[in-house]
Amino acid sequence: MKMIQHQTLTISCAIGLLLIAATSHAEVDAHSRNLAASCTSCHGTNGQSVGGMPVLAGMDKALFVTSMKDFKSGARPSTVMQNHAKGYTDEDFEKMAEFFAAQKR
Amino acid sequence: MSFDRRDFLKLSAAGIVVGVFPGCATSSSEIVKKKGQRVVIVGGGFGGATAAKYIRMWSENKIEVVLIERNPTFISCPMSNTVLNGSRTLSDLTQDYNTLKSKYGIELVRGEVKAVDPQKQTVTLADGYLSYDRLIIAPGVDFMFDQIVGLSSEVAAESIPHAWKAGAQTTLLKKQLESMADGGVFAISIPKAPYRCPPGPYERACQVAFYLKNNKPKSKVLILDANPDIVSKKGHFMAAWNELYPGMVEYRPNAEVKRVNVAGKTLTTEFEDVKADVLNVIPPMKAGAVAGMAGVITVDSRWCAVDFLSYESKVQKNVHIIGDAVSAALPKSGHLASSQAKVCAAAVIELMQGRQPDPNPVIANTCYSIMSNTEAVHVAHVYRYNAEKQAMIAAEGGGVSAKRSEIEGTFANYWLKNILSDTFL
Repeated sequence: MKMIQHQTLTISCAIGLLLIAATSHAEVDAHSRNLAASCTSCHGTNGQSVGGMPVLAGMDKALFVTSMKDFKSGARPSTVMQNHAKGYTDEDFEKMAEFFAAQKR
Repeated sequence: MSFDRRDFLKLSAAGIVVGVFPGCATSSSEIVKKKGQRVVIVGGGFGGATAAKYIRMWSENKIEVVLIERNPTFISCPMSNTVLNGSRTLSDLTQDYNTLKSKYGIELVRGEVKAVDPQKQTVTLADGYLSYDRLIIAPGVDFMFDQIVGLSSEVAAESIPHAWKAGAQTTLLKKQLESMADGGVFAISIPKAPYRCPPGPYERACQVAFYLKNNKPKSKVLILDANPDIVSKKGHFMAAWNELYPGMVEYRPNAEVKRVNVAGKTLTTEFEDVKADVLNVIPPMKAGAVAGMAGVITVDSRWCAVDFLSYESKVQKNVHIIGDAVSAALPKSGHLASSQAKVCAAAVIELMQGRQPDPNPVIANTCYSIMSNTEAVHVAHVYRYNAEKQAMIAAEGGGVSAKRSEIEGTFANYWLKNILSDTFL
């Protein structure tokens, strides 16, 4: 009897863990979301700019990464973006791009 | 505070309806009944309002958020210097709290916090209390009037405005500027750093000079700076004063105002008495009073030390502090309050759901200063968490504009529009 209870518990825990794993894989991870949130004071919540600054929500991933790398190198001239882009790594750009690409325009 | 009918019915059913009638209420009644996991946030500025919205959004409305704010609407300090010469009005900078309630389901409680009990985990207002699982304090700054002889909150409200919180004093300072005779002196006194908005006083000198140049060209702006040098964007401000307002702006470093004489319109520093026609004294600042009530002021009896992974107080469990009140080697800006709020929101959710906060937070700051009616400059940095130093450290590559420009003036307007939307809408 005791053993059966124990097994049931183990199985339900395992199912629970599977469920947690499934949900977190379905979404962009929290660190990518948090990184992207450092853009959103200027570019709008979830990248949905309300004017002036480009909308990042739904942006093509490669376009985002290339733009940021070009701001960083100076290949693409900018006023403020060079000061931001230089503060992030190429890996950060990939993560932010993944988050914004997944957002509705 | 505001209640809809459904809330009222729920509360009646719970048998505590007496608590919701102002006047009948006592501090022993809970203002809004806690149903599940709850965060109470004190202060609805760039920091507190952003934290409120992002906790609701990122927890998918699983965590209750109650936002306590004493003012009926928010008025942005950023850009408020441009109100002085009529480039903008205060209503352009005003934002209501309605969307935070209607779209995000945040409970808004209008009122002044009287006490915080970190052991019982309650916040007390005049008409009752609120209990919390975690508390976020975003109190902004209070002014240390007692550091300047002759100055008080009454004197500031009536005759020597700081206008360092946008609102009635901005209007008063504007009126004083407009009443000044041509040939007069407009004096701005700057406290020792750290203070809210490092470039703000120098931007104010530009905006006042813009008005004087067009209306009273024989007049002067006199800056009495307690600091040994211009604190922020030095090259750009000196260039603007020389090129846009030649001969109008006089800068005196190491000039800490110790005393004011209201009737004699005089400011006294260690070295001299200075007579002026308009006295704009920005007093030294410290964390807003609620931080003191919660016992989280730990640095120089002024600021709050926090863990930069969660913004939790170093001395009180489950109490977080964000924005100007935080002790950090970061400029005290609205943008950084908003950035800190997002890190705090994410961490609070993780902690309340039994996980650990993101170990590598990265935040950004963009700060525009308006030099004329069209041109602006920026300073921008990215700050990354350094685990060894347990601090946010500026990443390489941050800095200021190459030159002031109209395009940055336009970006500054859109910066305000977007950050207000990101905070309140």
